Amino acid sequence: MAFVNLKKREVQVKVVYYGPGRGGKTTNLEYLYKKFKERIKTEMVAIKTHGDRTLFFDFLPFDIGKIKGYNIRVQLYTVPGQVKYNATRRLVLRGVDGIVFVADSMKVRREKNLLSLKNLQENLATYNKNIFKIPLVLQYNKRDLSEHGIPLLSPEILKNDLNAQLKAPSFEASALIGTNVVLTMKKIITMTLASLQRELK
Amino acid sequence: MEYTLGQKQLDGMEEVLKQDLIDLGVHCVFLIDMAGNVIVNLDNGNIEHDIYSLAALAAGNFGAVSAMAKIVGEQEFSLLFHKGEKENIHFSKVMTDFLLVTIFGKETSLGFLRLKVTEAIGKIKKILES
Ligand SMILES: Nc1nc2c(ncn2[C@@H]2O[C@H](COP(=O)(O)OP(=O)(O)OP(=O)(O)O)[C@@H](O)[C@H]2O)c(=O)[nH]1
Ligand SMILES: [Mg+2]
Repeated sequence: MAFVNLKKREVQVKVVYYGPGRGGKTTNLEYLYKKFKERIKTEMVAIKTHGDRTLFFDFLPFDIGKIKGYNIRVQLYTVPGQVKYNATRRLVLRGVDGIVFVADSMKVRREKNLLSLKNLQENLATYNKNIFKIPLVLQYNKRDLSEHGIPLLSPEILKNDLNAQLKAPSFEASALIGTNVVLTMKKIITMTLASLQRELK
Repeated sequence: MEYTLGQKQLDGMEEVLKQDLIDLGVHCVFLIDMAGNVIVNLDNGNIEHDIYSLAALAAGNFGAVSAMAKIVGEQEFSLLFHKGEKENIHFSKVMTDFLLVTIFGKETSLGFLRLKVTEAIGKIKKILES
């Protein structure tokens, strides 16, 4: 539920990073925070457990400058990926404008990706939102692990599993190293703003 | 999905929050939506809080408490208030989609604050519905 403030000529949009536990959602935000530190100014908010797993959400506000005379503020959130945290995951989705689905490329996580995507679809439905209509980008994360001899799902398999019907833009990425992290973020912002464009006169 | 508020509505709400809350000694007040967007924020000029982070956390916190209420069979817990050494924070729902968050000190009593918040919310509702 983006908010357009005609007085300040400001638009606030909410982008949520979704995906299975330990897939790298928080790592995406941490990379962006490090990379754009001088533009962010505030601290990144993270509600997490002692083991660094996300308990509620991470939050990173992002000023991306002006578009058509409107100052655009993007609020990036992550959800907790662990299955047991569905109630909080659903809360974070409230009012979402765009979604990045961070899939884990590790072979052993194949089933987890599928379950998480299905869970996203169900949770969106509780807000009367359709996964086929909301701006969505897929990220196939942890591609760097192939160099360490860890078995990964091929991009074709990931595409078949997750994107055969959705046909969303997708990127192979490494949140840890930073490969395609910024590109993923730029793509979802572009798509989200395009879907709001009608409002920006 | 998006919604837009114009200059007139925003000015009106700012005026209400200023007269009914800030002028009476409240340190900081902000109106947010349940997605965590900041609609109006005002303070007494002496504090500098990170309003956007506060808004994200307040929306999450309120959502979590509402979900707890449902589980124990309540519609809503009517009083949401955290007490600190110097600062207190109070949350109040405005219609179904908005939340008014007030930060105030020792010099303001909770009873008085609740009264004033209720008055302000009445006026804000009228503006939002207009
Ligand atoms: N090698 C490698 N490790 C990664 C990458 N992305 C994340 N990790 C690691 O995977 C682990 C989990 O990453 P997080 O970002 O905390 O995962 P998350 O999706 O936020 O997990 P939850 O909060 O439980 O939902 C951490 O140890 C990260 O360092 C990546 O691209 N490559
Ligand atoms: Mg996390």
